[in-house]
Amino acid sequence: MKKILSVVLTLALALSLAACGDSDKKSEGVMTYAEYNAAALESQVTVETYVQANQSWWDNKITLYTQDKEGGYFIYNMACSEADSKKLTPGTKIRVTGTKSEWSGEVEIIDVTKFDILSGNYVAPATDVTSKLGTDELVNFQNRFVSFKGLTVAARPDGNAFQYKYDGSGSHDENSDLYFDVTYNGQTYTFTVESYLCGNDTDVYKAVEGLKVGDTVDLEGFLYWYEGANPHITKVVVK
Amino acid sequence: MKKVLFASLVLSLALPLAGCHGSKGLKAFTVPDEFDSGKQYEITFWAKNDTNKTQVDIYEKAIADFEALYPNINVNVRMYSDYGRIYNDVITNISTGTAPNVCITYPDHIATYMTGTNVVVPLDDLFTDPEFGFGGSELKFDGPRYNEVTAKFLEECNLNGKHYAVPYVRSTEALYMNKDMIESMGYKIPNEITWDFVWEVSEAAMAKDAEGNFIANGQKVMIPFIYKSTDNMMIQMLKQLDAGYCTPEGEILIFNDETKDILKTVAEHAGNRAFSTFKISSYPGNFLNAGQCIFAIDSTAGATWMGALAPHSDIAEDQFVDFEIMVTKIPQFDPAHPQMISQGPSLCIFNKEDPGEVLASWLFVQFMLTNEVQLSYAETEGYIPVTDKAINSPEYRDYLNRGGEDTDTYYQVKIDATKVLLDNIENTFTAPPFNGSTSLRNAAGELIEGAAKGARRGQTVDDAFIESLYSDTTALYRLNRNIVNTTKEKENGAGLPATSVFLLCSILAVWLVIGVVYLKDLIKKNKS
Repeated sequence: MKKILSVVLTLALALSLAACGDSDKKSEGVMTYAEYNAAALESQVTVETYVQANQSWWDNKITLYTQDKEGGYFIYNMACSEADSKKLTPGTKIRVTGTKSEWSGEVEIIDVTKFDILSGNYVAPATDVTSKLGTDELVNFQNRFVSFKGLTVAARPDGNAFQYKYDGSGSHDENSDLYFDVTYNGQTYTFTVESYLCGNDTDVYKAVEGLKVGDTVDLEGFLYWYEGANPHITKVVVK
Repeated sequence: MKKVLFASLVLSLALPLAGCHGSKGLKAFTVPDEFDSGKQYEITFWAKNDTNKTQVDIYEKAIADFEALYPNINVNVRMYSDYGRIYNDVITNISTGTAPNVCITYPDHIATYMTGTNVVVPLDDLFTDPEFGFGGSELKFDGPRYNEVTAKFLEECNLNGKHYAVPYVRSTEALYMNKDMIESMGYKIPNEITWDFVWEVSEAAMAKDAEGNFIANGQKVMIPFIYKSTDNMMIQMLKQLDAGYCTPEGEILIFNDETKDILKTVAEHAGNRAFSTFKISSYPGNFLNAGQCIFAIDSTAGATWMGALAPHSDIAEDQFVDFEIMVTKIPQFDPAHPQMISQGPSLCIFNKEDPGEVLASWLFVQFMLTNEVQLSYAETEGYIPVTDKAINSPEYRDYLNRGGEDTDTYYQVKIDATKVLLDNIENTFTAPPFNGSTSLRNAAGELIEGAAKGARRGQTVDDAFIESLYSDTTALYRLNRNIVNTTKEKENGAGLPATSVFLLCSILAVWLVIGVVYLKDLIKKNKS
């Protein structure tokens, strides 16, 4: 009896492991990240990926940061009902067909014609890309959830540690984006708290409003691109 | 039987009355005889800036100066950097009765605000009020007289025969060109730029060398022609061709043969990558300043982002190239009869229960048209003031003559862009505003975007494609519903909507039946 039980359990374990493995396997007609990466701009792409964060839902459109184990996919303004948007929580697996495009250096999937919610779940850990800052390699991590360690907060052009809006107009809506500069190895980079992703009630927003020039910080966020790397930060730890 | 009849009558009376619930709105505004300077007024002002700190400072100074003149009026400003966001917030707040007192807006948007009853204040009576109107005897500042507000711009705020706003500042679109690159390609820039010239040079700029670099700039990236606002592109092209867009009543005429021709031309050049749009590629100024674009069409209010010495920029310093920039009016089909859009914000006032509060708002709005506010704001970008009083002032003439003295206040490109509009005020036009005109405007842009994207993706943009695009756009922007201009009847209370007529008729019929029954009973009683 014990032998039968152990065989059954082993079989069950093997089957469940096989099932787990299947959730990472791309379905028929779906691109791997390498294929997606190689696809020409303005071509139709179909990917299976996992929602990592929902930037915004408005007017039946949603913008998502998504990622599989190989790379990141930014999905812009995908038609999506409010009911479906609530299902797109971090880790949710989706299949998306749309057009690969590029806007100011940001590679994204736009004009989505079809999307399905699938079974499967994956929340990506942050990949430390601190050493890639200022190198051509950084773009290979575009749209992925990444971290930066030990950066120093530098003054924005107006002398402050952060600015509401890009040019520091001083004005701000209730939910303006925040911009702050950090230095690493003598180079300065601009990071953003994108208000649609992390509004003014979030810890990261408040933390950036509290930054001081000279602070040393560890950061996490999505490696967005706008005329160069422009990470959308989701977490700040002041050392 | 009588009981049943009575019950039905009461019910029929009650139902139409219930139908009236919530539709009453505020009383129409009438100008009060006097302004109570002993009463404290709090007014809210929703303002828009171009993400420009100087503009923010100007608003704040204007408010402080105004409050110093009128200590009983406190102006609370809320800053926006996006007209769309103001529009959404106003719509939300109208429904809860918390609209601001004054907001910066576009006539298109006002037409939608006006679908409520007496929501937006018609300003004509205020304009001509001898005490508080333009040039009024009781004003504590030197504002413009009625005939000193530039007539063309004031007319843009006329919706169905009444003015529901005053212009604040005005801009248009300009063509920003890399003169050096055009000339290095062997072209002489004509005095009047036509669409044909722009398309021809753009196509020529796609030539590459053996290494795959564009010959015109020696770089791997080149988008010769980028248009920022494709809704304006379509509206202006149709106007220049004297083709249909819409009627003032809101009848949609855009789906016509001229539109098809425009879309096929756009597709041809977008397919070759000689043309692109902001939505597809990004800001024209970024590419222009990096030497990757020859023709950039953007607002004159974006002039400080254009040129090798632009004081504003989104690209890194090392991406800038040195080049001579030339600013002209947008390309034309018929240069002898140029047409260009007039745009820029206006100020509207929302109705409130206390007419004194509305009058306080009006005083503030007029203050925004004083020379000091007008000149300081207009000079922040390629805007022009909206009063002849400001335009003709010696200070403004001096400003215009000092182009190139620095790259800030006197930034040459900004002043050149300003002059494009100043020299062409009479050649400007606006699209008719009506409830639904914002959707039509969005659809106009979407047609260009759709044709450009289709061509970039290798689709054939032929009649079938365009018919399908028309159909999709119509559905997306709900252009198939019967858009009619209801603003006049709503605000005037004349020409009631069909539902109101039905309800009033029902009430009348019920009272007639009651009268008949009552008379019948009376006759019966008399007989007996």
